[in-house]
Amino acid sequence: MSTTAKDPAAQKKGGLSDIRKIFGGGQSSLRQFGILGSLIVIIVIFQIWTNGLTLSPTNLINVVNQYSYILILAIGMVMVIIMGHIDLSVGSVAAFTGIIVAKSMAEWNFPWPLAILLGIAVGVAIGAWQGFWVAVIGVPAFIVTLAGMLIFRGGNQFIGQSTTTPVPQEFGIIGAGYLPELALPFNFNVLTMLLGVVGAGWIVWNEIHLRRQQKKMGSDSAPLWVSVVKVVVLAGVILWAAWLFATGRPGTSFPISGIILVVLVILYSFITRNTIFGRHIYAVGGNRLAATLSGVKDRRVDFFVMMNMSVLASVAGMIYVARATASGPQDGNGWELDAIAAVFIGGAAVSGGIGTVIGSIVGGLVMAFLNNGLQLIGAGADVVQIIKGLVLLLAVGVDVWSKRQGRPSIIGLWSGRRKARLETQAPEEAPTVAPTGQANVSSLPEDLTRR
Amino acid sequence: MMPQPILEMRSITKEFPGVKALSDVSLTVMPAEIHAICGENGAGKSTLMKVLSGVYPHGTYTGQIIFRGEEVQFRDIRQSENAGIAIIHQELALIPELSITENIFLGNEINHGGRIDWRAAKVRAIDLLARVGLDEDPDTQIKHLGVGKQQLVEIAKALVKEVKLLILDEPTAALNEDDSQHLLDLIRGLKGKGIASIMISHKLNEIEAVADEITIIRDGHTIETLDVHAGGVDEDRIIRGMVGRSLESRFPDRTPHIGDVFFEVKDWTIQHPQVPERLVVKGSSLNVRRGEIVGLAGLMGAGRTELAMSLFGRSYGNYLSGTIVKDGQEIVLKDVESAIEHGLAYVSEDRKQLGLNLLDTIKRSIVSAKLSKIAKRGVVDDSREFGIADDYRKQLRIKTPSVDAGVSKLSGGNQQKVVLAKWMFTDPDLLILDEPTRGIDVGAKYEIYTIIQSLAAQGKGVILISSELPELLGIADRIYTVFEGQITDNIPASEANPEALMRSMTSAKKKANA
Repeated sequence: MSTTAKDPAAQKKGGLSDIRKIFGGGQSSLRQFGILGSLIVIIVIFQIWTNGLTLSPTNLINVVNQYSYILILAIGMVMVIIMGHIDLSVGSVAAFTGIIVAKSMAEWNFPWPLAILLGIAVGVAIGAWQGFWVAVIGVPAFIVTLAGMLIFRGGNQFIGQSTTTPVPQEFGIIGAGYLPELALPFNFNVLTMLLGVVGAGWIVWNEIHLRRQQKKMGSDSAPLWVSVVKVVVLAGVILWAAWLFATGRPGTSFPISGIILVVLVILYSFITRNTIFGRHIYAVGGNRLAATLSGVKDRRVDFFVMMNMSVLASVAGMIYVARATASGPQDGNGWELDAIAAVFIGGAAVSGGIGTVIGSIVGGLVMAFLNNGLQLIGAGADVVQIIKGLVLLLAVGVDVWSKRQGRPSIIGLWSGRRKARLETQAPEEAPTVAPTGQANVSSLPEDLTRR
Repeated sequence: MMPQPILEMRSITKEFPGVKALSDVSLTVMPAEIHAICGENGAGKSTLMKVLSGVYPHGTYTGQIIFRGEEVQFRDIRQSENAGIAIIHQELALIPELSITENIFLGNEINHGGRIDWRAAKVRAIDLLARVGLDEDPDTQIKHLGVGKQQLVEIAKALVKEVKLLILDEPTAALNEDDSQHLLDLIRGLKGKGIASIMISHKLNEIEAVADEITIIRDGHTIETLDVHAGGVDEDRIIRGMVGRSLESRFPDRTPHIGDVFFEVKDWTIQHPQVPERLVVKGSSLNVRRGEIVGLAGLMGAGRTELAMSLFGRSYGNYLSGTIVKDGQEIVLKDVESAIEHGLAYVSEDRKQLGLNLLDTIKRSIVSAKLSKIAKRGVVDDSREFGIADDYRKQLRIKTPSVDAGVSKLSGGNQQKVVLAKWMFTDPDLLILDEPTRGIDVGAKYEIYTIIQSLAAQGKGVILISSELPELLGIADRIYTVFEGQITDNIPASEANPEALMRSMTSAKKKANA
């Protein structure tokens, strides 16, 4: 009986799988590879179509300013979706936090740092509320957050009397501020470039560290050229982007909201990949029963993931209010849908268990550049929506379709046998015990799976 | 003159990839006869019934099926139902939210041009309920009925379709004494009305009481057909037919080094999670010594898994009473986390649903039950994870190019090794292994046995749940038998034989002296 999925075909054409390794290993890497490819294609198309406008400093800054809050939502949303939940309330939660923060400064004279703390506290409180209903009472997150969507939208309009509440200018820094200019004789923004250099350096160090570790453990590492290409490309992109941001219109540089985003992406990538909590998210999302039987407290994970989402929604809300210089009754309308779309385009599975923070950010950037590019060429909001919808459908459709090819299905039965041999996939275990309904359905307590 | 049989299945052979589930099986059922099919778990009984009812369509098996004098080639269940064969599964196929009437006529609605005639349906439902002896309002939702009554509704549903042959797969497995008796009476009553039944059951006393003929299947072969009325057929006779195979040397040699009792369960009683009046485990007591492999024998639904899971941090059912003593101290395991902390490990019988996250990689699966062991301040040490996983890969000979591969790509045997590695990583003192060799080929089974024995050699206690008696006899040191949630016997493996075990697994004759 063949036991492994060692794939001689893939080893022979090692080139392609090595290229994939450039974007990291793991089960969803192929998908992410595809999405990153789409992002590059979209950017290139619009770069040509708009005569270079897409990758101009001003436009890039614009994209970051306009989409950073959606991307921040996507970070939390991917964790929610990995868990097999959904959060529809993020737009309303953002708006609710926005109005409270705005009121706190405008009417209660809070200094802006205190207002930010208040905003985060509001996020924690709302998150605890929603987490309570999901984790303790057991109401599906879809319902809890649908209710939250109504409650907090109404809350925003109740507190704000359905009018806009302006925020003081100094608060604007988190939404519309830039890295400051240093008094140095360079014709570019030094801090932005410095950030780029640090980022590129980190990429190099990280790859060296990874290779050293892989060597030590005897794990299979990619050929050296793959690492070199990976480092050069990634570091190059970062430095180039930094240069673009640093050489824009005087007074602008890399936006503060972008820095908040980058920090959050790094933080949450680390949490989801390297911490016990992160492992538990994937474990529960992938197989809740198996996770519980491995000692994971699934309800606790439910609670914190839902809570975290609301906190990030509050952060997004504050950034938006800062950029718009006021909190209004329609803030955050439809954000949940953009965030959810970003996550699914970025490779998360509808059934849970699969998804990454980076993937979702790339998915969000696909949406952002698509939106931005279409606006630059003068497409109306109507067309933009239609295209965004189609892209979402296409991305998930391709994913579902390709997955179905991978496993035996009614349609795949006739082609399945040949395909299986080609891929040398491990066959479904050949049972020595006849796979009677009895043996397979097993004597598991019949209600166990119904939890 | 002999009457014509209602059903003849001639030399049915059914193969799955790599295994012959049925080989040249024949079955003859006479009209108005209750025909029992007996065999161990996995002998091929259900497969045979699936062939008959069209679950495995014509063409996927070889052999002939002759029903009421004509050869039939069913392509799906619907066709066999239309011909008059109804199968009633262990898992009931009723829709809980619908009423009795709606369920009875589901897919078979009395209608006039698409408009359902509920009044006529209800009148017929009342009549049918009377026939099966169920005294319930036909508007009652199924979810308000107990399992026994649901079973009667299933039969009523079959009667609507003018059933000629009723197949009952473990009909009384989930029923209490009264409901079972009622059901058996009903089957007898149907026989009086000319309806033949095929009954699969592990409860030999019931079979002995109602069956006219008994066909015994073992390892996919028909062994014999016994005529109950000819006399001489009793439980012992049936058991001999069911288990009568020699024990091959399929098990590694081992000299057990058994220490003192370190794990004891006393008077363990567990309630069914949804049906409080049902006790799935009743006052069971058992103990395990260091270095000992303790077998838990019992038939499907006897409560072995329920017992194991309820011990493992109360992951099944509602705890009613009982204590666990480990190393001389009473311990309370309210959740899985504390069970793991106290050195318990439970390897589920269902790798795919309960054992593994199939989306995950091998290395991440192996460390998943005790991440804290390789984490500092909540951050998992990747390189230690890889090292540990790779050590297990070598030690247990998990066949994979790399522990970075996904577990879904492994064969059953190798997946099982990953699950074993996962639990070995938690440093357990007691491993509860639930059907650890189910669905695994012979070679991998031998390796799993070797692993189990080496765990025992390290002084760990092992509780081995298995439906395969030869397996238990082959590697356990001592065997408990479980019947209807109770421990019925406690025999050193050296003194046990399949017949005696089967007897204790099918009746509550003696009380165990645990």
